[in-house]
Amino acid sequence: MRAISWVAVNVFKESVRDRVPYNLLLFAVLLISCSYLIGQLTAGQDVKIIKDLGLGATAVFGLFIAIFIGIGLVSKEVERRSIYSLLAKPISRPQFIVGKYAGLVLTLAVNVAVMTLALYAVLGYMTWVETAEFKAGWEAPGVDPRLLKATLLIFLELMLITAVALFFSTFSSPILSAAFTFGLYVVGQFNSDLKNFDKIVQSKPAVWLARGLYHVLPDLSAFDVKTEVVHGLHVPAGYLLSTTAYGMAYIAALVTASVVIFSRRDFK
Amino acid sequence: MRRGTFIAAIAAACGCLAVAVALQMLRDRTYSRDEQQTRSILYVRSGAALKRIALEYDALAADVYWIRAIQYYGGQRLSATGKKRYELLYPMLDIATSLDPFFTIAYRFGAIFLSEGYPGGPGRPDQSIALLRKGIAAQPTKWQYYHDIAFVYYWQLRDMEAAARWFRLAASQPGAPNWLEPVAATMLIQGGDRASARFLLQQILKSEEAWLRRMATRGLLQVDALDLIDQLQAIVRRFPPPPGTPYSWEWLRHQRILTMVPPDPTGTPFELDPQTGTVTVSSKSELFPLPTRKQ
Repeated sequence: MRAISWVAVNVFKESVRDRVPYNLLLFAVLLISCSYLIGQLTAGQDVKIIKDLGLGATAVFGLFIAIFIGIGLVSKEVERRSIYSLLAKPISRPQFIVGKYAGLVLTLAVNVAVMTLALYAVLGYMTWVETAEFKAGWEAPGVDPRLLKATLLIFLELMLITAVALFFSTFSSPILSAAFTFGLYVVGQFNSDLKNFDKIVQSKPAVWLARGLYHVLPDLSAFDVKTEVVHGLHVPAGYLLSTTAYGMAYIAALVTASVVIFSRRDFK
Repeated sequence: MRRGTFIAAIAAACGCLAVAVALQMLRDRTYSRDEQQTRSILYVRSGAALKRIALEYDALAADVYWIRAIQYYGGQRLSATGKKRYELLYPMLDIATSLDPFFTIAYRFGAIFLSEGYPGGPGRPDQSIALLRKGIAAQPTKWQYYHDIAFVYYWQLRDMEAAARWFRLAASQPGAPNWLEPVAATMLIQGGDRASARFLLQQILKSEEAWLRRMATRGLLQVDALDLIDQLQAIVRRFPPPPGTPYSWEWLRHQRILTMVPPDPTGTPFELDPQTGTVTVSSKSELFPLPTRKQ
């Protein structure tokens, strides 16, 4: 466990050295400037748009971090040949992979937490400055704790994408890993369509194939409840729990597969 | 890099940017791009296709289309030159609501934009109703959508039976206010007289949404204008000009029947058709056009 946390902390430190936290500054500037500009452009929908923008930016910034750092987690060590000195230390290969994954998840957790705080700060300011009469027209309160449901699922989705990037990183080059991960991210958004393939196709084998792919490929659209929470609609706790469990199981499968592939790799 | 070189490089970069800005301003002044070139364009008109393209950022894309719709509507409405064009308004609202099916304000505010008579809007109550029906498909228990359809039937189409039917449907939704049912009854019994209109608009005036209150205030002023028009029309008919002389406010003032050119509730003078003697609000008035009269 100590070895895993040691690797994880080093991944986190490296991401700080790579100036990853700069994106937080960009996020804050984006939100604050937009909160002013949007107020001039929209008909009383500032809060809804700020929430959409905040959650959307959290997801997209996290996606870039997950993909572009995730793809280099293992391949960078191999390219720099630092893998030899690392594996010479008392760290097993599974510990190395799990540590790498945990380190990037820690980076993402800090990022998502800071972005969420920034979003709440902007929303809190808007709630403070707007009149009670104006606020009465809002569908949901400005500082709405239900936004955390969307944030939680965004974080889980990012964890899953990180696991995908790590998986490809164990056997592929960074460019190919980025292409595969991004491709799987896009496919994952449409995955739920495969479930209803039988409604548009007659062929049984095609339907079985689509159904099989639906189960095997990550169902990322399930992690998107942004629209619902922004409109103050109910997202059942059961849905959150089952999606969290699904995400965790999928992540476990990917990390295990990464460990297996990495353990069998020959670095001679 | 030495400090002096660094400062010089920064200054050079700033200077180049300033030159670019100056050139841009010069070009815009010399070759002003006309409306045809900058006219709004919708490259993708299918909401379903855009929802796919937007991946998980569909709500954000909906906001972009909503902002575009507002800018487009406002731009056309306020444009002082040329014919006002609203043909992209419905597709933009349709896309915004396809991307975010729970976008209440896009349905409700959009319906007001669409039903507004030309030149203040496209004058398409049919599209307004279609948009609100889409909202009902997404949220079947939202009484506000039923209410808004009823209002379009009542205010724009003057179809009291349909209005009453939709008011009754609105009243049957959970959380609907209790004044909706009596309004539905009034529509049928009194045929939508101005007293009913006033009552309905005063209810809308209590709404939490500022834009709905603004719409109701304007509606109430329009009802007042209709009352004034009736009074003025009676005067015009009672004191017609001599045969061969056109109808005019001047003539009525000369006869000391009126002391001034009568203004509508916003202060804009009413217009009097010289041929027919029909009193109307001016096209320059904020109240123009008045809701269509019952067919």
